[in-house]
Amino acid sequence: MTGFTSTIFPLTDFTPVASFLGGALIGLSAVLLLLVEGRIAGISGIASRLLPPYREGGFAGRLAFIAGLIAAPFVAGAVTGAPVVQTVSSNLLLMLAAGLLVGFGAVWGGGCTSGHGVCGMARLSPRSFVATGVFMTAGFLTVFLVRHVIGG
Amino acid sequence: MSVLVNLALGLLFGLGLVLSGMSDPAKVLNFLDLAGSFDPSLAFVMGGAVLVAFIGFRLTLRRERPVLAPRFQLPTRRDIDARLILGPALFGIGWGLGGFCPGPAFTALGLGASGTLVFVPAMLAGMWAARALAERRA
Repeated sequence: MTGFTSTIFPLTDFTPVASFLGGALIGLSAVLLLLVEGRIAGISGIASRLLPPYREGGFAGRLAFIAGLIAAPFVAGAVTGAPVVQTVSSNLLLMLAAGLLVGFGAVWGGGCTSGHGVCGMARLSPRSFVATGVFMTAGFLTVFLVRHVIGG
Repeated sequence: MSVLVNLALGLLFGLGLVLSGMSDPAKVLNFLDLAGSFDPSLAFVMGGAVLVAFIGFRLTLRRERPVLAPRFQLPTRRDIDARLILGPALFGIGWGLGGFCPGPAFTALGLGASGTLVFVPAMLAGMWAARALAERRA
């Protein structure tokens, strides 16, 4: 996916068709989870309930869903014959802070990009519109500060 | 049966993340970089996902009950409280720092980048801390 590298940050190609189709698969997964299991596909909800305390059943199902996510790049690589490209920061302190914030914030706010951003917006939930607006704004501001104020 | 369904749907979700490019933090960070190397692709991910879910949820909820469960479990809250602002604000800062939200972080796990191997345990620790804190306040 990454075409070439800028002096500071890798540029990425604009991929409207692949991104729309990939998004449609995400939406289809969410619809089928509701149809079959009656549950909303929120990744932070699924992942956080793999941790104690355990109050409800369904542990094996949630673990299987996460296992499917982990398997996806290998299946994609096997089907297309091309390895999946991901550019992950090697600044480990930054990634530690980012992980803590994402995990805490997702559970504290009752959802993440999938639960609020996709499923909640599709259900026209006012809470999810607020949450999505807040995390998008925080993300835009953070990248602006990191790349153009601190890093610029 | 339920385990196999969940495995297949996790895989489908993950393939969507990979095909859409959302599994690549560089693409996420460029989407968030309006003033720099802006890549609008992720708006199309959101558009495709919400469109399919919007239609599919409505068709699904015409049913009496799900295929393998006794009832639908849908969030019912409609109030806007402080947690709904603070949580997503912290989440968005972390998302902008690392370029990962929870789904893409799991699809990255097996590729073994050092940043991912730090991010995922930290994310799980953050999730655990938020649940523990919520329990104590309840």
